[in-house]
Parts: sequence; C-alpha cells; structure tokens
Amino acid sequence: MDLLQRFAAGDLQAFEPLFRQHQQEVHGWVLRIVRDPAAAEDLTVETFWRLYQQRERLDPNSNCAAWLRRVATNLAIDHLRRMRPTEFLVAEPAAGERADCVVQQETRAAIRGAVNELSPKLRSVVQLVLIEEEPYASVAEGLGISLSAVKLRIFRATRILRRKLAERGVRP
Amino acid sequence: MTDEKKTDQKKHEEQLAQLGKTLRSAIPPLREAQPQRDLWPRMLRRMEGAPKISVRWSPLQWIAAVPWFDWALLGAAGAAMFFFPALIPALLYHL
Repeated sequence: MDLLQRFAAGDLQAFEPLFRQHQQEVHGWVLRIVRDPAAAEDLTVETFWRLYQQRERLDPNSNCAAWLRRVATNLAIDHLRRMRPTEFLVAEPAAGERADCVVQQETRAAIRGAVNELSPKLRSVVQLVLIEEEPYASVAEGLGISLSAVKLRIFRATRILRRKLAERGVRP
Repeated sequence: MTDEKKTDQKKHEEQLAQLGKTLRSAIPPLREAQPQRDLWPRMLRRMEGAPKISVRWSPLQWIAAVPWFDWALLGAAGAAMFFFPALIPALLYHL
C-alpha cells in the first residue's frame, strides 16, 4: 500500500512522508509561476492543506503528484490575480540572477513589463513553456487543460507579447 | 502535411524559440530553485491553527462561500449571452 492509499484510507501518519516526498516538486512548480519565494512557500503549504482537507474524498489510485500540481497551479494563478501588476516579477531569487545578461537594464524592464501585462492564465503558460521550457504535456497536466489548449494559449500570448514588445521598442 | 504548412510550422517554432530566448534574457529560469527551508513545521502550524470544522460542506454553504460579485458577474454574463448570442465567441475567447 503506497502513501496516498494509506492516507486516503485514514492513516494520518502517512501525511508527513507524503508531504516530504512532494514538497520540493510542488514548491518548485509554484515558484516558477509566481516567481516569489515567500508566496511560493505559502502556496505550497496551502496546496498540501487542500490535500489534507480532501483526504476523505481522494481517489487512492490517482496520481498524487499530478493532483498536487493541478491544485498548486490553480492557487498560483489565483495569487497572480490578487497581486498588483507592479508586484509581479520584482522579487527574483538571488540565485536566479545572471551576471552575463545580454540585454540592457531598460530592455529587461520592458520585457518584464510586457509579460507582466498578460492575464494570469497566459502569463503562467508563457512562464512555464517559454521561460522555464517545461514540456507542453507537463504544462497541460498542471493546468488541467488539453495539449491543444496550451498551444492555443501560447499562440495568443505570443501574439500579444510581440505587440507589447514592439510598443516598447523591443524586437524579439 | 503540405510543404507550405511544414514551412509555416518551422517558422513559427523558430519565432517561438527566439521569443523564449528574449524572455529568458530578462527573466531568468528558476528550474533549480529549492525551498529555502523545510516547510513541514509550517504545515503543522497550518493544521493546528485551522478550525475543527467538517470539510463536507452543504451546497448552501458552498453558495454562501462565493462572493456576491461573482454571482453578479455570472448573472451578467448569462444575461449577455441570452440577449446577445453573438457575444458568446468573444466571451469564450477571453476565458
């Protein structure tokens, strides 16, 4: 009997190992969407809290990682909706900074601004597919949508991004 | 797939790759990011701090939990679709 099956059967002792098994993956996924380490930690805990609350209704044979990823994605998108645009993408982890940036500070700000102005749904897909280079299938699973829906969102997002970048004088 | 379609798709993929490169130059990927600490103690606090209520909500509780303006928005969208069916594709596009 695996951890999820034990947990779904009412064994609360299985929750901690389940948490420890998946926390890193969930945190990494959320961070790639919200790009704010503090918010990513809050949302990771909230994701597992949802799992804890739903334990009586869990399908013991379901894919726990996929379930967590989907819940985490929804929470992350809700978080982006609640944030003011100026707060987004400002908090970068120090490790993520690159010293050898090819573009100037102003160009980087313009690019961030353009991404910032996308709707949370499009922004999350752009970040996961174009910035983090996650496979389409993985993004589709995380968002709970089809592969073609991910491609459609990318198509729409790139069209908007190109326009916004052109308005700011940036040529991709 | 015709040659023209193949060329279009290749062009689209190249443009996408170029756009991704531009975005990554301004927004560094966070693939290797790890939580800065163990989150289990926070999880425990979250579990201990939560009110001891049943998670099995009745439909009325679910309805009451949704903010009034969401219902208003739903009503407005429903009315708009009923009276102006031509708006449905536009609404779907923005979903």
